[in-house]
Amino acid sequence: MIPYIARRLVQAVFVVLGVTIIVFIILHLLPGGPARALLGPRATNQQVQEFNVQNGYNEPVWVQYGTYLDHLVHGNLGFSYHYNQTVNSLLAQDLPKSALLVGLSYLVSVVIAVPLGILQAVRRNKPVDYAVTGASFVGYSMPVFWVGILLILIFAVHLHWLPPEGPQGTTIGAILTQPVALVLPVATLSIVTVAQFSRFMRSSAIENLVQDYIRTARSNGLSARAVLFRHLLRNSLLPIITLIGLSLPATLSGAVITESVFNYPGMGLLLWTAATVRDYPVMLGFTVVVGAATVVGSLLADVLYAVADPRVRYA
Amino acid sequence: MALVRESDPERPPAITLGEVQSSPGSVWKLIGRGFFQHRLAVVGLGIIIFMILFCFVGPLFYHTNQVQISILQVNQPPSGKHPLGTDNVGYDVLGRLMLGGQSSLEVGFAAAILASVWGTAWGAVAGYVGGWLDAVMMRVVDSILAIPYLLVVMILATIFTPTVPVLIIVIALVSWLVTARLVRGETLSLRVRDYVLAAKAAGVRDRWIIVRHIVPNVIGTIVVAATFSVADAILLLAALSYLGLGPPPPAANWGGMLSDGLNYIYDGYWWLIYPAGVAIVLTVVAFNFIGDALRDALEVRLQQR
Repeated sequence: MIPYIARRLVQAVFVVLGVTIIVFIILHLLPGGPARALLGPRATNQQVQEFNVQNGYNEPVWVQYGTYLDHLVHGNLGFSYHYNQTVNSLLAQDLPKSALLVGLSYLVSVVIAVPLGILQAVRRNKPVDYAVTGASFVGYSMPVFWVGILLILIFAVHLHWLPPEGPQGTTIGAILTQPVALVLPVATLSIVTVAQFSRFMRSSAIENLVQDYIRTARSNGLSARAVLFRHLLRNSLLPIITLIGLSLPATLSGAVITESVFNYPGMGLLLWTAATVRDYPVMLGFTVVVGAATVVGSLLADVLYAVADPRVRYA
Repeated sequence: MALVRESDPERPPAITLGEVQSSPGSVWKLIGRGFFQHRLAVVGLGIIIFMILFCFVGPLFYHTNQVQISILQVNQPPSGKHPLGTDNVGYDVLGRLMLGGQSSLEVGFAAAILASVWGTAWGAVAGYVGGWLDAVMMRVVDSILAIPYLLVVMILATIFTPTVPVLIIVIALVSWLVTARLVRGETLSLRVRDYVLAAKAAGVRDRWIIVRHIVPNVIGTIVVAATFSVADAILLLAALSYLGLGPPPPAANWGGMLSDGLNYIYDGYWWLIYPAGVAIVLTVVAFNFIGDALRDALEVRLQQR
């Protein structure tokens, strides 16, 4: 157990370092280098020169990388000249709102996908299975923005049931006062995830259905329902932990799109604005934070999994 | 790690490439039969063939002006002259759908091929050499995987002018990772097989062993991953264009058309929204159907999906 976690921990440290190196490389790919990116297109050449000397960008590359890491370790993500705020404060403001959106959609996805997948496994190769399989194919073949547009067209434009825009407000409290406006953004983000998760749940449950412990439980005279809930569900649920960890980067990509479709004031919308005005400190700061969060998340998922399933530790 | 496995444990053991004793022709026949048993895959193949004909052959018969805008013919509903109406700058929507499909399909195929070649080379070398090099190469893959791909692509698309060739490279840059991981995993088990050891003992160079003995045995995995990559690349291109980072006009693509049509969502101009949206979904579903059938036919165990 301990060696396994230690090994994963060392790997995770290297992956986080890898993320910082990638961002550092991108920083140097920028037209005009980091100075242009940080000072903006209107800075004079002299300002750029001064900036380079001040911040050590005239030093060799590895020294620069060291300085960059030093800033990161001290929690300094940079300064957005577009918003005239530190990237830290922008993140602190908008990240919780995106976390709410993503968290809610994961909750909804698991609650829907798990029973759906088990239903498919139990009724395998029956009409229900085919119908859900077909639907999930369509589900994960749809661009996120197209799902959002369709939902807006149906529920806002035609039926007038729900507002076409996400909740507005600067704090999470303000967002939560408009739960109705949250429905469509969360639904948009969930549809693709439900499709993936239920497909996964189906194969995981099918594999478990032929295991000895299910047969033993059945031959002990346990009711079908008890077998399903007490044995199958619990064992099939485990891999979902890993799946959530794995799908986080993809879901965050989806969140960027969803937020721009619904004008939801989270990290994704901030990022999209940053991309349109070439606000690189915001984009790169966000990339580092999300990359590190993903690595920590999948590390946690693996550790949790190892705690729950002893077979993993010795693999 | 225990990840997604789509195989069916009750099915009789399937043939694995490289272990079949009979003549090579029969392997492909069996694979072909496995593939065509999937009705959905045949439907998918039909859709792809239709889309390719529609986008690349269609414009030879259906001539439209897709370069000059015409202010006098803006947002016209479908009519005899314009079967799918005109868009917000007066382009014929049906003709634009063909043109947009060209760039969507080109980017999808080219990015998938590029990503497969690079991912295969990366994974095969990492798995074959092993040790420190393997660890370093796989941490590189993990690092790129940890960053949401849309972010990387967005940043790159703002640095370089997003023309079609640039977008192909940018999308391929984030698409080779899964292939690399899968190929590495299979190479790990292939490199200790007898025929590889025999080749090594006979003094065959490592590069030749990878090309001649490793890669041909993971080709099934590569093909399946590549099929899904095409679908993902088309989706990614659509997402980028939706965010305004796609190829600039007069170049067209389905995502960009959809994004333009959105401005008229309350005006009831359905022909600006549904045709492009349906084209994207149909094409992506088709590639996913084919990938799924190929996976079953080749009995590939994919890590994701």
